[in-house]
Amino acid sequence: MQKPYRVGIDIGSTTIKVVVLDEENTIVYKTYERHLSSVSKALRKLMRDLKSSLGSQAMRFNFTGSAGLRLAKHIGAQFTQEVISATSALRHYAETIDVCIELGGEDAKIIFFDGVNVEQRMNGTCAGGTGAFIDQMASLLDTDAAGVNELAKDYEKLYDIASRCGVFAKTDIQPLLNQGARKPDIAASIYQAIVNQTVGGLSQGRKIKGRVAFLGGPLTFSSELRKRFIEFLNLENVFMPNNGEIFVAIGAALEAKEKPISVDDIVYNIAEYRKQYKDNLRKTLKPLFKDDTEYEAFKQRHNQTSVSYIDPKDYHGNAYLGIDAGSTTTKCMLLTENNEILYEYYKHNRGNPVDIVKTALLEMYQNIHAGITIKHAFSTGYGEALIQHAFNLDGGEVETICHYEAAKYFNKDVSFVVDIGGQDMKCFKVDNGVISSIVLNEACSSGCGSFVETFAESLGYPIEKFADMAVEAHSPVDLGSRCTVFMNSSVKQAQSEAASSKDISAGLAISVVKNALYKVIRAHDVQEEYGTEIIVQGGTFNNDAVLRAFEIETGIEVTRPAIAGLMGAFGAALLAKQESTHAKRSKMLDAQGLHDFSYKSQRATCHKCHNLCALTVNIFEGGKRYISGNRCEKGAGINISYEDVPNLYLYKYDKVLSYRSDDTRTYKKSVGIPLVLNMYENLPFWQPFFEALDVRVVLSDRSNKALYEKGQDSIPSDTVCYPAKLVHGHIESLYDKHPDFIFYPNMPFNFDESSHANNHFNCPIVAHYPEVIEANMDHLDMQKFMQPYMTLNDKKKFVEVAYLMLKSHLDVKKKDLMKAFDQGIAAYFDFRDAVQKEGERALAYAKEHKLNAIVLAGRPYHIDPEVNHGIPKMIRSLNVVVISEDALNHLAQQQEVNILNQWTYHTRLYDVAKYVTTLEHVNLVQLVSFGCGLDAITSDEVKDILESKNKLYTQIKIDEISNLGAVNIRLRSLLTTMRDGVYNG
Amino acid sequence: MAEFVYENDRLLFTEEMREEYTVLVPQMAPYHFEYFVSAMNSEGYKAELLKTTDYELIHEGMKYSHNDICVPAMLVIGQFIDAIKKRGIDAHKVALIITQTGGGCRASNYIALLRKALKKANLAFVPVISLNAGGLEKNPGFKVSPRLLHKLHDAMLFGDLMMTLVNQTRPYEIKKGETDALRQTIDRELEGYFQHKTLFSWHRQKRVSKKMIKRFKRIPVDRIKPKPKVGIVGEIYVKYSPLGNNHLEATLEQEGCEVVTPPLYDFFLYTFDSRAYDITQYGGPKKERFLLKMFIWYVEVRRHKIRKMLKRSGFDPGVAYKKLKKLANGFINHGTHTGEGWLLTAEMVDLIQHGAPNIVCTQPFGCLPNHIAGKGMIKKLKKHYPESNIVAIDYDTSASKINQLNRINLMVSNAFRMLEKED
Repeated sequence: MQKPYRVGIDIGSTTIKVVVLDEENTIVYKTYERHLSSVSKALRKLMRDLKSSLGSQAMRFNFTGSAGLRLAKHIGAQFTQEVISATSALRHYAETIDVCIELGGEDAKIIFFDGVNVEQRMNGTCAGGTGAFIDQMASLLDTDAAGVNELAKDYEKLYDIASRCGVFAKTDIQPLLNQGARKPDIAASIYQAIVNQTVGGLSQGRKIKGRVAFLGGPLTFSSELRKRFIEFLNLENVFMPNNGEIFVAIGAALEAKEKPISVDDIVYNIAEYRKQYKDNLRKTLKPLFKDDTEYEAFKQRHNQTSVSYIDPKDYHGNAYLGIDAGSTTTKCMLLTENNEILYEYYKHNRGNPVDIVKTALLEMYQNIHAGITIKHAFSTGYGEALIQHAFNLDGGEVETICHYEAAKYFNKDVSFVVDIGGQDMKCFKVDNGVISSIVLNEACSSGCGSFVETFAESLGYPIEKFADMAVEAHSPVDLGSRCTVFMNSSVKQAQSEAASSKDISAGLAISVVKNALYKVIRAHDVQEEYGTEIIVQGGTFNNDAVLRAFEIETGIEVTRPAIAGLMGAFGAALLAKQESTHAKRSKMLDAQGLHDFSYKSQRATCHKCHNLCALTVNIFEGGKRYISGNRCEKGAGINISYEDVPNLYLYKYDKVLSYRSDDTRTYKKSVGIPLVLNMYENLPFWQPFFEALDVRVVLSDRSNKALYEKGQDSIPSDTVCYPAKLVHGHIESLYDKHPDFIFYPNMPFNFDESSHANNHFNCPIVAHYPEVIEANMDHLDMQKFMQPYMTLNDKKKFVEVAYLMLKSHLDVKKKDLMKAFDQGIAAYFDFRDAVQKEGERALAYAKEHKLNAIVLAGRPYHIDPEVNHGIPKMIRSLNVVVISEDALNHLAQQQEVNILNQWTYHTRLYDVAKYVTTLEHVNLVQLVSFGCGLDAITSDEVKDILESKNKLYTQIKIDEISNLGAVNIRLRSLLTTMRDGVYNG
Repeated sequence: MAEFVYENDRLLFTEEMREEYTVLVPQMAPYHFEYFVSAMNSEGYKAELLKTTDYELIHEGMKYSHNDICVPAMLVIGQFIDAIKKRGIDAHKVALIITQTGGGCRASNYIALLRKALKKANLAFVPVISLNAGGLEKNPGFKVSPRLLHKLHDAMLFGDLMMTLVNQTRPYEIKKGETDALRQTIDRELEGYFQHKTLFSWHRQKRVSKKMIKRFKRIPVDRIKPKPKVGIVGEIYVKYSPLGNNHLEATLEQEGCEVVTPPLYDFFLYTFDSRAYDITQYGGPKKERFLLKMFIWYVEVRRHKIRKMLKRSGFDPGVAYKKLKKLANGFINHGTHTGEGWLLTAEMVDLIQHGAPNIVCTQPFGCLPNHIAGKGMIKKLKKHYPESNIVAIDYDTSASKINQLNRINLMVSNAFRMLEKED
């Protein structure tokens, strides 16, 4: 008798694949389908198809894939983990494979084959959603996954795009689009980001080489993605199975061992599962609306807030134009003298703001007549400067201020404005008619608004329909609130648990609101902290479900203006009116000028400093140029120089690098020291210390992206901070320089600097990263690597340890070490003094020249330009003095803080924050590295200190991310509110 | 009504409060905390263990703590506030207790974060007691008297013993539920155990332990079909707390594994030992170091007796602290003691050497020390022990469970494969 067929069913995060094998392992049936939102529904359909092809004979079923896990368990079917399935399929089809890279919709995996041993790895939670990421990026580029591949074929240049996760990458891509970067370049850069993420996150010290297999949807369908991998990893021998997309299902079929059952039984079991899960969903929330009456009342209430429109035919006189070139949408509004709307425009950028604005303006000119004079025109949003230059507008204003103007129009007493746009969230609190605090989301929370929309599209619904569905939901699913990568993976889970699209839609609305409230605004009681006069706006609030979720969560009835999505443009138009001059009409391009308008964009790299900014040069009619992507005035080709304005970050960086051994003489030995983490502050101790021992100090190269990439495959944890990840590259570069030995001490304790602190620890990463290096970089000669445990607080203890360490390398006596220690310590304190003197000088300079100053408060290693991404320079180019946290902390009154104050670097933060509250025209901006767990504690405390004295708190979160659009908006918002002080103008 | 007394703005837990207030204890280690609470109550406190796991406490935690703070802080804060708000008890009659380790990890700050959260929730009048060994904060109404200390010591021993016995029996029991039933019976009996008045109770403790082992030994088991042993290591809260780790122990048992969770006592000895290390390495009072070492010695003498009894009855007793400490050699320096530090690495080595090369290394999302001692050491372990099968799982309230399950499933599948290969 014939042996029963074996069926492998691979239920991934977006697709279901079914393969049937016969005795000979020949494929007798295969199918591949996207399951959209309902796994069980799609699966039942596939099973019915299977039955009509193969009849109802009993077969051995085996499930695989993340979304199949629960289902299989529940219906009592066999389940094989997908990596195991992939492994057995590979073993079956390809005899010799060294490494396999598999990318799926949700997970990325790497399998290393090493003789009999197999090592399998999956991405960390933070780096999820490769396939989903490509889909989202495709929608940004106004195409689909296949379109991205086509685009990428034409690329000329790769941009650095953050590879930590989809959210971060999107934060980088969005501004590139807005600056007019070429789509093919962006498409290829997206693929490169995926390569970096996979290699950086998963190789963890093992080299990807030899014969490499590519599996999974994205790698099967995107030739250009494969090309990126092949080029980046220098691969010569690549294996691509014929049935790449169903390969894992084949593996599952090969593994199918259990008792054969009929298709009918499987179908029946799936139906049962669906029924059970429907009543049984965990983590569900209350519905948004009890019933239709409640929804009707809600709709009625919100319909009251409207604005008046006027037909252009009926109006003669002056008009004011506002253009909001936002991150995902472009909005225009033309107002009359009485703030009536003559014309409005709202459209998705689809990656080309200049063209969109041109279309909008052409349309506008068609709709108005000669009796209407556009007197003044303003732009705002991400593309503010670009649009202003392109169309010759009269001015621009940072978006936060425009939004506030608009909100004031709807409610004079407005106490709080919450704006959730596609990419960003902006919230401001208003006290006595003055903005008293501004909260902007950091990278992790970005893109929530557009996520809902892209997600709706991926399910095949327009956003309006999707929002209506949420209103009807009975039991919304809780999808978490950390970020869209986490939400996406929670959605996948909900789908596999048979949650309905309605419940998912409502769940997403709630998640977006929770993210805004608890992660961005950090409110525990909105009413108490921000008052009841709340205006919500931004395109995302057009979704009734989001609006409702916000009201439920805060317990406040809020106002949503009818033009919620157009508030930026509305505010810009209002401002244009306020700022309009005596000029008779705006200098913006007229209808004819617009007709003739054309532009082209070019890419260039600025070589004027180490930041190597990737510039986009837009050349408009008449040779006028607009350059974007630059950090400072140099890149923009502007001749004003701010070189004289003190910048402690540059000062410290140069100062630290000046601790060098003498190149002209010979030394007894040489020691390699990586310029990383605490070394940015302790080098002034170590270099003189070794100098005294006649040892040459060899420093690692300066940080840059290439250095990072050199070491990225030995990073064991993808959620560690960027400064720590850079250590790997620095160590590689040191080994290339062949010093006699390499020295990188573990330093759990820092200097005990102030009497009021509870302790003086270094953070766990600064303290112990040398351990990680030793354990993960063993392809290098670890005999040369010295990582003693040391403290600089106790001379005797120091000398004991140093002696033990150095005696085998150097002919030293303890006495010499004592002397060297003294010299080191003296040099170190000289360095600290110099920094503090420079800090005082900077303050005095600001006062003398009537400039604003910003204390950019971070850690010593934030002076590394690769870590701070040139932010200090950017601030200086706004004509602001830049001071570091460790240059002023000594001036603070020494006292206790609310929390356990036990890290030296943090004590400085608290001290400098206290000191800043006593100064006028000085504000504090905290630089926080992604993944710095300690800053979850410090940022709250610093915020409390500042706000207790009515100072604004601003935080900038940095990572590999190098795009500064959001940072720019944040800083300019801060500076605008400083305007009420005197200096800034 | 008890009066409010402050010291440097910190609300103290006064002696009056001790009479009037209920002390709420967050659940961290289900095998141990039950006994801790019994020990406290026998000494005149009104302590109550919070066993809530419902979903809303996560919401409270999110509301009152920074979103980037690690999950243990968020859950503990959420559990407290949820309990005070929801259970209709008089908020003016409760105090909270939380352990404070005082190392270079964020965990030392939980207590400050909790106070901040209480303030935000308008509950600033609820006193928070720090349970710590380093003398960080003192309260007149809460003193770890020698007798309480000794009872807590006994409770810790019983907790570790119970965990060992249950984990080694339940997967093999023939009649489902028998192990859990016995555990419940013994838990009830132990409530009375702590009522004793004598300061030292070596013999009682030994006798009760012996009886516990005997009773577990009597449960009929079927050990013919071997099960893969899976160790759980990691950050202390998510390692033990089912709320923190999505019921990892139960999940692994359902997958057909025998769970090996290293004893909690090792962690406490490790924190004392770390302090001693710092004194040796970086300076400090020698007397303190001597006392710390004495304490560790004493505890180990007591634990040794239990380990001997376990071994005699055919259970796996685990290793002595001293030996465990040696296992870190060659992997990580004993100076690494933020968070779980070298202990985490040493536990992994121990597990691999003792037939449990399959390990779930748990950490809260973004946990700093585990970048070093957990994830940072996996590669080196794999090199020395190619059979090691370690999966690192990040826990976060927003992380999807299916993602975690899928990775655990991969590790378990490999564990079964290895077991088949051995046959």
